[in-house]
Amino acid sequence: MTSTLQRTPEEIRDRHAENLGRQVGAGIFNPRQLLTSFPDALRKFDPRYQLRNPVMFVVWAGSLLVTVFAVSDPSVFTVAVAVWLWFTVLFANLAEAVAEGRGKAQADSLRRTKKDAVARRLTEDGSEERVPGTDLRIGDLVVVEAGEVVPGDGDVVEGIATVDESAITGESAPVIRESGGDRSAVTGGTTVLSDRIVVQITTKPGETFVDRMIALVEGAERQKTPNEIALTILLSTLTIIFLLAVMALQPFAIYSGGEQSVVVLTALLVCLIPTTIGALLSAIGIAGMDRLVQRNVLATSGKAVEAAGDIDTLLLDKTGTITWGNRRATEFIAANGSDERRLVEAVRLSSLADGTPEGRSIIELCAEKYGLPAEPTEHEKTGEFAPFTAQTRMSGIDLGGRSIRKGAAGGFQTSDEVRAIVDRISEDGGTPLVVAENDEVLGVIRLSDVVKPGMKERFAELRAMGIRTVMVTGDNPLTAKAIASEAGVDDFLAEAKPEDKMALIRKEQEGGRLVAMTGDGTNDAPALAQADVGVAMNTGTSAAKEAGNMVDLDSDPTKLIEIVEIGKQLLITRGALTTFSVANDLAKYFAILPAMFAAIYPALDQLNIMHLATPQSAILSAVIFNALVIVALIPLALKGVRYRPSSASALLRRNLLIYGLGGVVTPFAGIWLIDLLVRLIPGIG
Amino acid sequence: MSPTVAGLLQVGILVVALATAYRPLGDYMARVYSATRHSKVELAIYRLGRINPDSEQKWSTYAYGVLGFSFVGVVLLYVLQRIQGWLPFDFDRGDVPSGMAFNTAVSFVTNTNWQSYVPETVMGHSVQMAGLTVQNFVSAAVGMAVAMALVRGFVRHRTDRLGNFWVDLVRGTVRILLPIAFVFAIVLIALGVTMSLKSGVDVDGQVVANAPVAAQEAIKELGTNGGGVLNANSAHPFENPNSWTNLIEIFLILVIPVALTRTFGQLVGNRKQGHVLLGVMGLIWSAMLTVIWVAEATGLRPLEGKELRFGVPASALFANSTTSTSTGAVNSMHDSFTGLGGGGAMLNMLFGEMTPGGVGTGLYSILVMAIIAMFLAGLMVGRTPEYLGKKLGRKEVTAAAVSILAMPTVLLIGAGIAAILPSTQGALNNPGEHGLSEILYAYASASNNNGSAFAGITVTNDWFQASLGVCMAFGRFIPIIAVLALAGSLAAQRKVPVTAGTLPTTGPLFATLLGGSIVLVAALTFVPALALGPIAEALL
Repeated sequence: MTSTLQRTPEEIRDRHAENLGRQVGAGIFNPRQLLTSFPDALRKFDPRYQLRNPVMFVVWAGSLLVTVFAVSDPSVFTVAVAVWLWFTVLFANLAEAVAEGRGKAQADSLRRTKKDAVARRLTEDGSEERVPGTDLRIGDLVVVEAGEVVPGDGDVVEGIATVDESAITGESAPVIRESGGDRSAVTGGTTVLSDRIVVQITTKPGETFVDRMIALVEGAERQKTPNEIALTILLSTLTIIFLLAVMALQPFAIYSGGEQSVVVLTALLVCLIPTTIGALLSAIGIAGMDRLVQRNVLATSGKAVEAAGDIDTLLLDKTGTITWGNRRATEFIAANGSDERRLVEAVRLSSLADGTPEGRSIIELCAEKYGLPAEPTEHEKTGEFAPFTAQTRMSGIDLGGRSIRKGAAGGFQTSDEVRAIVDRISEDGGTPLVVAENDEVLGVIRLSDVVKPGMKERFAELRAMGIRTVMVTGDNPLTAKAIASEAGVDDFLAEAKPEDKMALIRKEQEGGRLVAMTGDGTNDAPALAQADVGVAMNTGTSAAKEAGNMVDLDSDPTKLIEIVEIGKQLLITRGALTTFSVANDLAKYFAILPAMFAAIYPALDQLNIMHLATPQSAILSAVIFNALVIVALIPLALKGVRYRPSSASALLRRNLLIYGLGGVVTPFAGIWLIDLLVRLIPGIG
Repeated sequence: MSPTVAGLLQVGILVVALATAYRPLGDYMARVYSATRHSKVELAIYRLGRINPDSEQKWSTYAYGVLGFSFVGVVLLYVLQRIQGWLPFDFDRGDVPSGMAFNTAVSFVTNTNWQSYVPETVMGHSVQMAGLTVQNFVSAAVGMAVAMALVRGFVRHRTDRLGNFWVDLVRGTVRILLPIAFVFAIVLIALGVTMSLKSGVDVDGQVVANAPVAAQEAIKELGTNGGGVLNANSAHPFENPNSWTNLIEIFLILVIPVALTRTFGQLVGNRKQGHVLLGVMGLIWSAMLTVIWVAEATGLRPLEGKELRFGVPASALFANSTTSTSTGAVNSMHDSFTGLGGGGAMLNMLFGEMTPGGVGTGLYSILVMAIIAMFLAGLMVGRTPEYLGKKLGRKEVTAAAVSILAMPTVLLIGAGIAAILPSTQGALNNPGEHGLSEILYAYASASNNNGSAFAGITVTNDWFQASLGVCMAFGRFIPIIAVLALAGSLAAQRKVPVTAGTLPTTGPLFATLLGGSIVLVAALTFVPALALGPIAEALL
């Protein structure tokens, strides 16, 4: 199986683009977005809005409290603390506004496609009437001709046309849409380039695909996902603990003879509660959806994205996902003592005029492996092509007295040796083609279902992540087994009917596993709906798109793997920043507690290991660090932390080290540095 | 033999004894709680209580059982104290005052055994034997029952049944606590612990108070209760006459909490899951022992407040074991410890009593902490967090959070108010940072159901009696309700299969995570308060 390792230039390009997509598509953060999102950030100061986030609401309320004190009894310190507390709220608002802003830009470009199309509706008597696209109802039949915009989502019920879907998919090459079959769905807002089709409307205006997309990317319907809710509960718990700890501190301080000001206590509280993750939590969620959109995947809910990270079993269609979809020549086997060179030349001749994908793949293999010309010479063009017929079951060429044929073994007089080769190829899941010159059998061509390059590695990655891959195919078990082992999938479902797929999903789910699958046909719809993550191909039917909870606009079934990674990355980013946030508190204690209490017990100044200048500078530096770290982490929140498929333990070890240990160390350095500047302010240093 | 070598030898013997008991006792307890047959005695009890022992309960019914049983326990114990004057063996000690009776009733029912009274002058033998000792058994059995309900939550799938509280309660008492306590009471008598129905004994013309000590002594330690029959507790020669009884008492304190990790591993079908919990408990226990021991051995007056019979090492060993298990018995006066040593004892309690914690309570507390730790860890590996095959979602995190929040809430509110009450100044032996340590210690002890006292504080005024009583009740029952709710939602789930993506919870990584969480949660919550008490004291 040598040729699976060889890649055509296109494949290499594809792989490269894919790798590029992993880095670039992750979302680049442009500092200018901070400025453009500023007005939105200001609007979020509304307390009703702040209430949605318990952690930031406490900061908001604390800022207000400190402001009251700063106004009634102004000093450089109190005013500075008040200002920086408000900055903390502002930065949190900004993080969310920036994340939303990226979606908005996308929504605007989508809106432009939603021109108010005029529909040509067919009436009962067969005549046409012109109505606005917004008046269409489900079941209406509309006519769309070349140059016109499809007025709503629907299925083609009559005709065939090329359609430009670039407005939605960004892919400029037109696609063919025809009635019947699995390529019948058209999307409102796309443009018919040729011919005439009749479309039956399947969606109400306002609920079309584009409408849903706009709502999604704008985050208008964003609901907290289950894990986000659980995390919010944990963060609220931490906030309550710190609220109690700080509130109880005042009586202890009074008892010890050193009552603290409300400003200082509020500053301590804000520094301790998990503001970093609290501020970035919703931005992380929005950015996660955004990363999917950038990969041209639309999820109907954040819950689906989260579920993608939990997937245990991945059902993948063989054809088009694991293999290229058509059989390719992978090996030439000489037989009956004939020379290999002679066989290859004969093979090439037999296929020169064969325009089928199999024929082309034979020529490609001859060119790649044996360096034979891919184009026929002038002499060869004079040959007479013998096309495949059902009677002869072979095709070939007659050239200068040579009659070269290739075809199924049954059409030739075969020796035992040849029959053995043929049987072996069949057992391996390949298709044997016997080649003969003037009725003398020279050898056999092996046609194989070629596994796409890199699949084995990706499945290995998935296995490391704990995800089992199951290949689904209509092939017989023997063929399926051969391909399954070549591709490195964990299991396969052969001779699969749609109901088998459904049964498999149910069985996996009974065992507590979460299942993801891709599909495009109407047949797939029930399974797509049953799966925990169902990714419908955009080329598929409306039924499939309705049933799944994601739509891939590129119709690339391998994208499921990326979706899983995005889901995981989303959770990891939340966990990592929570850890970072909590780990930060250690340094803040070392900064603030000596500042508060060294006046009562001078011995506590030993805890001032950062040697911060004054109590005021120490507290202010901690507050400033706490605010600035939010801004510093916005890019990370939007981009997501780096994710490499590996075992759970390795991931945890790595993230604990970076975000746990890093979270302990960073604020020591940060607060120390800020103090060097802050101490220069008169009235503080 | 130098005291250090003697101390190390005692630690060595203790560890060997615990290791020997670990397997048989752990496996035995697993069988007790999963057995389907009932003994005759048990059947008689069930008939008496009109209980169908083969019917199982939902988490809420189980919780009503716990709360109802405990409430009735408080009422009975209160009434018993208030009518002491009518009971035999009261030696004219009379009725216990109402505030003290309330505090004591709550204290013994919650397995705290905080004592605001002086036993020799307040409690007669009837209340001791029919009231306090009974609660020493059943309050311990309640803790174990709740722990078993939680374990069933992990083990069972798609059910709302968590077992029967009454059956768990009866079995814990009859099959585990009673036999072991009986045997060790005899052993303690043989080693010199007293057992008498007389009010006192004449020693060289002086009457020294006496009591049926041994019977209560064994269960006092075994059930991690800690309430002494005599005021000096295990520092009293009648309760703890020599090094051997001292070592046996420490062994009894630790044996059930330690062996329960084996029971847990056995029941969840993977003993390593139990080993890792024990490892974390043992690591923190050893670290804190080192801190207390070194602090005391190098202090200014090492033997202040300690019995010369035991010396520094055995006192440190006892102090560390009693505060890390919610026992609260003492063989030395923690108030006299150094800032660091006393702070260490306090920190043991502030960890939430899970290193190894009280009987049952230690296991369920550390499991709750494991849930919090695994939630964060799960996020960090990119999957919906799970632990022992159960997903940790909104319900589970909420229950765990409530369970963890209860203790710091009542502790900080209680201690905060106490610190600024004018009456408090008069109740304290010491001013300044040590005074604050005494207040913090009292509320830490009550809120964690430990019951040990810093002793430098007089807690008989109405505020302390009432507030500490409330702390004990909330510190006990809010976590219990939350833990049972948690068990309910865990049991309702289906099991998540283990894959390569599952974070293993048996290795050093998980141990680090869990240990780190225990320390971190306590540190983050209490460092500000500790800064003005033990930390200031230690840095002076």
